[in-house]
Order: sequence, then C-alpha cells, then structure tokens
Amino acid sequence: MFGTGLLKGLGITFKHLVDTYKDDIQSTPARYQGSDDRGKGLKVIDQPVDQEGLLTIQYPEERRLLPERFRYIPMLIWDTETDEERCTACGICAKVCPPQCIWITRATDEAGKPVTRPQDFFIDATICMSCNYCVEFCPFDAIKMDHDAELASFERFPHLVYDKGELTVPLDYYAALWPTQYAEEQERRAQEAAEARAKEEAKAARAAVKKEEEEAPAPEAKLSRAEELKQKAMERARQRREAQS
Amino acid sequence: MSDIVAPSTTVAGPLDVAGTLALVQEALPDAKPVSAGPTDYLEVAPDQLIEALQVLRDQGGCDLLSSITCTDYLSYQGRARAKDGPRFEVVYHLYSTAQGGDCVVLHVPVDDGESLPTATPVYPGANLQEREVWDLYGLVFDGHPNLRRILLWEGFEGHPMRKDWHEAYYEEDQKPFRSRHPRADFARSEDKVPWGKNTRYPADWDPDDWQEPVTYVPVSQDPRSRNGAGDHLSTESVVVNLGPHHPSTHGVFRMIVRIEGETVIALEPDMGYLHRNHEKIGERNTWLMNMPFTDRLDYINSMSNNWGYALAVEKLMGLEVPERAEYLRVIMAELSRIVNHLWSIGFILNDLGALQTPALYAIEEREMILDLFESVSGARMMCNYLRFGGVHRDLPAGWAERARYVVHERLPRALDQLDDLLSGNEIVNTRGRGVGYLSAEQLISLSVTGPMIRAAGVPYDIRRCEPYGVYDRFDFDIPTLPHSDVYDRYYIRLLEARESVRIVQQALAGLPEGDILAGKGGYVFRPPEGEAYGRVEGPKGELGFYLVSDGKPNPYRYHIRAPSYINLNALAPMTVGYKVADAIVILGAIDIVLGEVDR
Ligand code: SF4
Ligand code: SF4
Repeated sequence: MFGTGLLKGLGITFKHLVDTYKDDIQSTPARYQGSDDRGKGLKVIDQPVDQEGLLTIQYPEERRLLPERFRYIPMLIWDTETDEERCTACGICAKVCPPQCIWITRATDEAGKPVTRPQDFFIDATICMSCNYCVEFCPFDAIKMDHDAELASFERFPHLVYDKGELTVPLDYYAALWPTQYAEEQERRAQEAAEARAKEEAKAARAAVKKEEEEAPAPEAKLSRAEELKQKAMERARQRREAQS
Repeated sequence: MSDIVAPSTTVAGPLDVAGTLALVQEALPDAKPVSAGPTDYLEVAPDQLIEALQVLRDQGGCDLLSSITCTDYLSYQGRARAKDGPRFEVVYHLYSTAQGGDCVVLHVPVDDGESLPTATPVYPGANLQEREVWDLYGLVFDGHPNLRRILLWEGFEGHPMRKDWHEAYYEEDQKPFRSRHPRADFARSEDKVPWGKNTRYPADWDPDDWQEPVTYVPVSQDPRSRNGAGDHLSTESVVVNLGPHHPSTHGVFRMIVRIEGETVIALEPDMGYLHRNHEKIGERNTWLMNMPFTDRLDYINSMSNNWGYALAVEKLMGLEVPERAEYLRVIMAELSRIVNHLWSIGFILNDLGALQTPALYAIEEREMILDLFESVSGARMMCNYLRFGGVHRDLPAGWAERARYVVHERLPRALDQLDDLLSGNEIVNTRGRGVGYLSAEQLISLSVTGPMIRAAGVPYDIRRCEPYGVYDRFDFDIPTLPHSDVYDRYYIRLLEARESVRIVQQALAGLPEGDILAGKGGYVFRPPEGEAYGRVEGPKGELGFYLVSDGKPNPYRYHIRAPSYINLNALAPMTVGYKVADAIVILGAIDIVLGEVDR
C-alpha cells in the first residue's frame, strides 16, 4: 500500500524516541547506573548490553568505560616495589614490533660495559599499530598497554615520538588500569620469585636466611613513594590533554 | 519471503584433486608433478597453459579460477628448488563450485623477459589478477584485453614485488632491523635519505608533460553511440568520473563510466589509491608480524582475516588447534560476519538514497558486537586476536553471558526489524529488483565468490564445501536466492546474518573448556619449506592466503586473494545497460572495502 514503508520507518524512529525516554525514566536519577561521574561534567559511561533507545555517548563530555584489555600505546613500568625500572633492554619488544617503531639503546656503566638497563627507549606513536606484541612477548612484564588514547598533536616530530621519560609510569598506574591482569601477574611473579628464592636458598643453604627480612623497606615509605609517582603520572597525562585543548 | 530457493545443505562431494591432475597429465604428458610441503601441483610450460586450463574447465569440472599470482624466486634460500630454474612462477588455483573440496594448483615457470598467454579467454575472471601480476611483477600476458597498471600509477618506476626492487626509504630486506637495538639512534627515514623524496620516475618520463591516456573503455565494451540510427535524436556519449572522492564509492575508488543520456554503456573501475604494497611489507615481516597487518585488509572483518592467514600458516606447519580455540574462532568470525552484513545492508540503503538513518539503525547492533571484540581482544576493529595454533587470550569474565544476550535477544530482534522495514519497502523493491543481473555462470567465470553467487542460486560456501575449523559440527543452512539482482544481494546478507546468529548460539552453548593455544607460542616461526593456500569464507567471499616458505623466519611469498578486489571483475558487465544511478547501488551490493581492494 502506498506509504506503508514511510509509516514503518517513522514508527521505528518513534520507537527509538520512546525507548530513550523510557530508559531515562527507569534509570532515574542517573541514566547509566554503575557509571563514574568524574566531576566537571565529565562522565565515564559503562553502557549495559541491554541498553535500548539512544546508544550515543556524548563525547567528550561523556566517555566510554574502556575494558581492561583496551590497548593503545605501550608504557614502561617503573617498579615501585624495587624502585627501579623493570626493563632490562633485552630488545625482544624491538624485535617483535611489526612496524619496527621501538628504538632501544642499552646503557653502559662507567667502564663502558653494557648493563641491563635501557639508556634510551623510544616509541614512535605515529607508527605503532597497537598490536600488543611488545607486551605479549616481554619476558620481564616491563611494558604494558596504556589506555590514554587522546594523543592528538599539531606536529608529529618530536611530540609523538615518546622517549623513556614520557613512556614510564609507576606500577600502581598500571595496576589501576589492568586490575585483573595485574593480580594474576603478581601471583605469577610471586611464585616465580619464590621458586627462584627456593633455588637460591638451597644453594646457599645456611647463609642468607635472615637477610631478606632486613632488606625490605619500611612499608609506609614505599606507599608514599608510590602515591607520589602515581600523582605525577596522572598529572602528566592531564597536562598533555590540556596542552592539546 | 516466498521466493527463497530451498536452502541446500549438501554439495556433490569433494573434487578428486589427484584424478583431475591426472586428466591434465594425460592431455599434456610434459606437465611435471611437483610436491611442495602440503601442496601438490603440476608444472606446465607457458605454451601449454591454455590447453591445461581448458582440460580443467571442460573435463575436470573446475569452473572457478580462484586465484592467479606470481612468485619471484630470485633470492630463494631453501634447498628444495634448483637455483638455475626460471625466475618467476605464475600460480593458478582452481576450484569446482559444484563439487567443493580442495584446489587444483598449476605453476607456470617463466623467465625474466618471457611472456605467457592470458587466461581470460578461458576464465574471464583472470582479468584483474593478471593486471595485478603485470603491475607488480612486470610479466606480460599475451592477448590480455587491457593490460595496464592497476594498483600503481602509470608513472611508477619498476615492478615493486620483484625481489630486487627497493623503495626510497629502503632499510633492510628483513625485519627485525638491526638499527633498533641495542644501539638506536632515532631518526626518521625521510631525514636519512639524502634526496628526501620518496618518488622516482622512469627515465623517459616527465610528470609535467604526462597526460593520462584516455583508454578508459576496455576493448570488450562498445563505446559508440547506440541510438544513432534509430528514431531518436542522435546523441553523443560522455565520459563521467564517479569518484575517487565520492560518498557512494565506499572509500577512494573511481568508476570511469561512459554514459549516453542516463544509460551506462561502458564502465571501467580504477583503483589503487590506498595501495601500500601490503604483500611486499608482508615479505619483509616475520610470520607473526603479518597477523596485525591482516587486520588492515578488510578492516571491518579483522577476525576472519586473521583466520585466513592463521589457517594457511597452520597448514604449512601442520599445527593442530585446540578445540576451545576453534570454537572461539568460529564465534568471532561469525560475529564479524554479522557486523559486515549489517554494515553492507545499511550502506546499500545509503546508496539507494535513504541517507544515514537506516544505515545507523543497521549498525547499532554492530556497536554491541564491537564492544564484545574490544573486551576480549583489546581493540574494536584491529583485533589481532588469532595466533598460529589458537587464539591470543581467553574470554574475560562475563563475556559469554553478554554475548549470549546479544545473539539471543538483540540480534534476532534487530534483523527482524530490518527485514520488516526494508524487505517489503517499495523503493528497495523498485530500485533493487532486476537491477544488475548477471547469470550464475557468468559470475563464476568472472571468479566472483561469496554472497554474490549465493544470490544467484549457487550454494557455494567454503564453510560447507571445504569445511575448516569446526564448522562441520554446527547446524546451519547456506541460503540461496534465485534472481541475482541487487535486491537478492541485499536480502541474502540478511539471511546469512541469521544463519551466523544460529552458529554463534550453538558455538556459545557448546563451548568446551581447555587450552586456547597449541605449542609453545613464541614469536619465531620457521615453517618447513613448501607452499600452502589457506582460505576461509570471508563475509565478502573467498579470502585466501597463498604462502611460500623457504624455511626462514620471514615468509618468502605472501599473497592475498582478496574477495572484494576479484569481485570487481563483475562490476562492468553488471552495470552496462543500466542507469547511472543504478551503478552506485550495483557497486554497493558487491560490498567492497578499499583496504582490501588496494592492499
Ligand atoms: S620492554 Fe621488555 S622486551 Fe622490551 S627491552 Fe625492556 S625488558 Fe626487553
Ligand atoms: S604495540 Fe605493536 S606496534 Fe606498538 S610498539 Fe608494541 S609491538 Fe610495536
């Protein structure tokens, strides 16, 4: 019949409209329960899988809650437990990187002998394809995926070529972004460490039993240091974002 | 709808590959059987190629010339080949759409400077692929109707897939590059190259004088005025460019059409604007590095691209995949098919002039599926989820429940809604029915695969006729429609999306526990010498990967049989005779994605 297609189409559009209001009313006071209001009009939205009606998220005021596994540009981990970087400049990440956008220089000691720390570590973010291989194959859990995706800048060079300083984040920052994976990893690392320790202990059976307890730094000092680093990393991310806008 | 042909669930039985090869050998006693890893093929001299193809088509039942490509053996390091053989080998993969089963492979050795006959008289679908081989390898196909560059432009110097061709910022033949570790001095290649330019021109070629030759109308099409001698006024035909920047070309793609009034009398696709020589990059990469690059081919379906590549490499290495990983692969690939079909339905509507609103309704559910992809793999589109021998990660907590909600509640409802809104719609019917007709035989001879031939009544689906993964465990139909027009091409996608929903429902219900990755994983792979062709039923058609290994950590040859590219063979024959507005819809109904067309 003439015009049925039009009516049907309008009907669907109308249904969307009604669904949106229905959804709003049902979920008063907040449209998305379980979402995070960060103040200053910034909301992070966890859209449920049964969301009806309007699905649009009003970026940039509203943002999607990113799943833990979200991957963007890698970051280097500063281990706040041992207070040193985890990277040993082994170069595996540079080897597996498909577009070859990781550049590493190994540090040397005074005598000029190479040591297991990176002196320089660059990632060209314009080339990185966010493939996750560096993270997947790093044997030291030293490189992880950052969630910060708002990197736009006016110049590619040098703004988007990140050096070691820009890439490094404290362990807690990573732990907050990747809670599940972090927990699993800590368990594994603890186990590995225990195994390694057991081996060592078997080797030097009597000598080193008491040393360990002495070596552990005071927990409070550790915490405050971690907090400080975390604040720094967040401050840097904020500055970067503000510098863009 | 009433006119669905009864869904066919069986095919005539797999093609007898050895028997078919024996047929060729009988006709051509000179043909030499060779075995390279998991593949057995026949080596045929160039002057016997046409005869061999004729035998295969007429007696062997191989009606689909799926893939033509070439390998340059200049720097081959393996032991299995004589060093002094001819430099190039052109490779033909043929299938039978009626019988299904594995492929028949022919190799034609040619030396530099020699030519070989074109296969277009036997298989018109060889057209675009032979042009590609000419463009990238510089091999001449005698008698080809339109042997011009296709992915590159006329002023390009050299043939880049030759092993001795190097680009301007050339660093090394194989990754990983030595400059990255342990002494890196970060520098842009642009700054290191003294002339600082990445273009070179052939010696006798000047970009300022050059004019694009107006050879737009291929020989096969008639450029002259059609109604000069009738009762009408005599009119002249004009050439019109649709694209490259045109919203209806789905990317940067150009259709050069000759029209008379509103009627298209000749059409020539022009592509390559997004060409990045993916295959050359692939031969520099290590085996594993190519996986995220495959994401970028058909960027709507990274999951099934991953699968095609993983399948070919697993064939080469003889890897078994754990059951749970197989199920996860099926789930991801079918979800991605649903995404693709929703997307293409939405955009066919866009091309019909129903701008954006239906398309947005069609892709609403896509968002939910992309959220699922993101939470399992970390990315919505560039998933990079599969690995050789399994998948990268297991499902996160709560994923299966969400996926179940999507495939049981949301998707069936959304597909029904689209069906209700669109299938009976007057505009969709008047603009779609009878437009862009091409018979099933023509389509197959043009090497078209995927939903396009199923909308012409051919129940050819690789998931059924050469099952890979665990597809043989699920209960699903291969829907076909009889009319082979734009409407059927729209509707077949809706039907296929419904079947995919069924498959995902079953796969989620039967998902076994267990490992997700066979072997040790790791990043260094050295498949044994040989070649393999792995193919999957991608949402756009047969997606094939042809790989040659010389036993080294980098693939020696990495070729992609891209369905959207090869399906474009049918664009001109399908469009000629229809109105220029129909050309847009006909292209839309082929469902191309330029990342894959141009590679
Ligand atoms: S990030 Fe990991 S893989 Fe890369 S150099 Fe450091 S320790 Fe090695
Ligand atoms: S994510 Fe991939 S592309 Fe990016 S730095 Fe890591 S390995 Fe390289």
